[in-house]
Amino acid sequence: MNLHEYQGKQILSSFGVRIQRGIVAQNAKEAVTAAKELTAETGTSWHVIKAQIHAGGRGKGGGVKLAKNINEVEEIAGKIIGMNLITPQTSAEGKKVHQVLVAEDVYYPGESETSEFYMSVLLNRGTGRNMIMYSTEGGMDIETVAEHTPHLIFTEEIDPSVGLLPFQARRIAFNLGLSGNAFKEMTKFVTNLYTAYIKSDASLFEINPVLKTSDNLILAVDAKVTIDDNALYRHKDYLDLRDLREENAIEVEAKEVGLNYVDLDGNVGCMVNGAGLAMATMDLIKQAGGEPANFLDVGGTADAARVEAAFKIILKDPAVKAILINIFGGIVRCDRVAQGVIDAYKNMGTINVPIIVRLQGTNADIAKQLIDNSGLAVLSATEFQEAADKVQKVLAQ
Amino acid sequence: MSVLVNKDSKIIVQGFTGSEGTFHASQMIEYGTNVVGGVTPGKGGQTHLDRPVFDTVLEAVQKAGADTTIIFVPPAFAADAIMEAADAGIKVIITITEGIPVADMITAAEYIKGKDCRLIGPNCPGVITPGEAKVGIMPGFVFKKGNVGIVSKSGTLTYEAADQVVKQGLGITTAIGIGGDPIIGTTTKQAVELLINDPETKAVVMIGEIGGQLEADAAFWYKASGSKKPIVGFIAGETAPAGRTMGHAGAIVGGSDDTAQAKKKIMRECGIHVVDSPAEIGKKVAEVLA
Repeated sequence: MNLHEYQGKQILSSFGVRIQRGIVAQNAKEAVTAAKELTAETGTSWHVIKAQIHAGGRGKGGGVKLAKNINEVEEIAGKIIGMNLITPQTSAEGKKVHQVLVAEDVYYPGESETSEFYMSVLLNRGTGRNMIMYSTEGGMDIETVAEHTPHLIFTEEIDPSVGLLPFQARRIAFNLGLSGNAFKEMTKFVTNLYTAYIKSDASLFEINPVLKTSDNLILAVDAKVTIDDNALYRHKDYLDLRDLREENAIEVEAKEVGLNYVDLDGNVGCMVNGAGLAMATMDLIKQAGGEPANFLDVGGTADAARVEAAFKIILKDPAVKAILINIFGGIVRCDRVAQGVIDAYKNMGTINVPIIVRLQGTNADIAKQLIDNSGLAVLSATEFQEAADKVQKVLAQ
Repeated sequence: MSVLVNKDSKIIVQGFTGSEGTFHASQMIEYGTNVVGGVTPGKGGQTHLDRPVFDTVLEAVQKAGADTTIIFVPPAFAADAIMEAADAGIKVIITITEGIPVADMITAAEYIKGKDCRLIGPNCPGVITPGEAKVGIMPGFVFKKGNVGIVSKSGTLTYEAADQVVKQGLGITTAIGIGGDPIIGTTTKQAVELLINDPETKAVVMIGEIGGQLEADAAFWYKASGSKKPIVGFIAGETAPAGRTMGHAGAIVGGSDDTAQAKKKIMRECGIHVVDSPAEIGKKVAEVLA
């Protein structure tokens, strides 16, 4: 589950990680109230207005702006809320902004220069351990840093039996070139950040930038936080943090009926049992001259109710010109799946796109007969390639 | 010969009396697998599917001589079940459970490191040695006995590959479903290594998907090994968009090196016979064995 910046920062702060303070606002009026409240707390009348959407690169799209007085807060917040923010990580249409974070300005002048760092906590899949990845090159796209100056990226792997050790926190602070109070602040920051990662069952923390202020404090200016969905059962308080407006509407609906669906840009819908076979089916659609319109895993029990639910989900996408159903019947018999497809089809009334059904496995031959004799406009196949050929033929018509 | 499981394996089922455990244990028994009992804490002493139920894995090892386990325990308790099996001295731990929190698997993976055991999965279809033992949830009839080994991250795609191989008049030595999670016990490389070293296996089918480095690691190992045993490879997810999880928790393109294209390129450079179409796996196997 992905969180908004302000939600991620709340979690960090609850574990003692210093953050750039801020208050979330749904409209320009709330933004003004938030700014006044913040000024009373921080003393600064400069604020940063940050669009809250689930995508990075918000600054590049005009979603992060500095306001130097209350009038500017109102004006900027009013402009950002409601805009369709296009960033390098959104689609071409962008994402609608529903709320902004009014945050304190932390780049104030002082006794020393400010500096920005990059820090993330994530799983190293190669070793099966968590690691802290960090760099002196903060505020930049880390992929760019990795490409051009890989020697400026450091990693610290954590032994799960002992956790982050004090010397590791010191090594990070040294590698970032810190000394004095900033050094101490950084070791505390890293230690609390790792604790927060573990305690919140996160699967990704990305803090970019981590800022050393002019008075040598270390704080998180941004926060990208992802929580492990499989661990949400032990964090019931996080369930409310899910913002369904940020997720694809069809995907949300699919999830509610227990289907694993990912919306894609193509023209051939597909319905498959098993994630690996589903991806392979998408690949085959492409080789047959089409483009997959979705990923959809119907799971082990492809009965009439599930097939019907899947049909409804796939047909919500107007770009779908054909549907390929590919089921490998193992423990579920193909004839039962075939009957499910026929029943679902009849319940739906008319389906205006051609359907190709490929059933393989237990009772595949009986299943093919059932489909062929159903009188429905459904093409049947038993071999994988045969299904691909029929997709190609249908698309050519 | 075969790898991991055979007719002499003494298999127990953890989560034996639950609905999943019961259903698949009966299917395994029907197949002829040597299931010697099961474990459900608090139900020790009972009999289920004509086999003894034990409270602990240790008891199953001591009283029934269990050396292999298959785990159907719900996600919240599955990591504990893996560690209990390792502690009791079980040699092959096959974990079917999908949805185990990553943090739990980090702990379990660390715990079993020093133990004399091998973890398969989690989130996998299991392991089958046709004609001897089915320790998993796959449809047994698809897998005919033969000399082709299969290693795969995916369930139904494994059945698909086995079906294609069998339709070419060939068969399977052992099929290993290694699982689709970000942290798994036995890697693609380790599973491929087992099959390459198995004298009965004449060719290996390696099926991977987007995300992670497992297939590349296996490919580099294969090249370095100098083995002449052919491997046929397929990577699912060429059409998957970056940054999205495709069903399996581990199936996500993070950078440019874990795309299907990048993996296939490495595999080809290491001498693996890569097919671009999932419909051509069987044909390619027949071709390399001809």
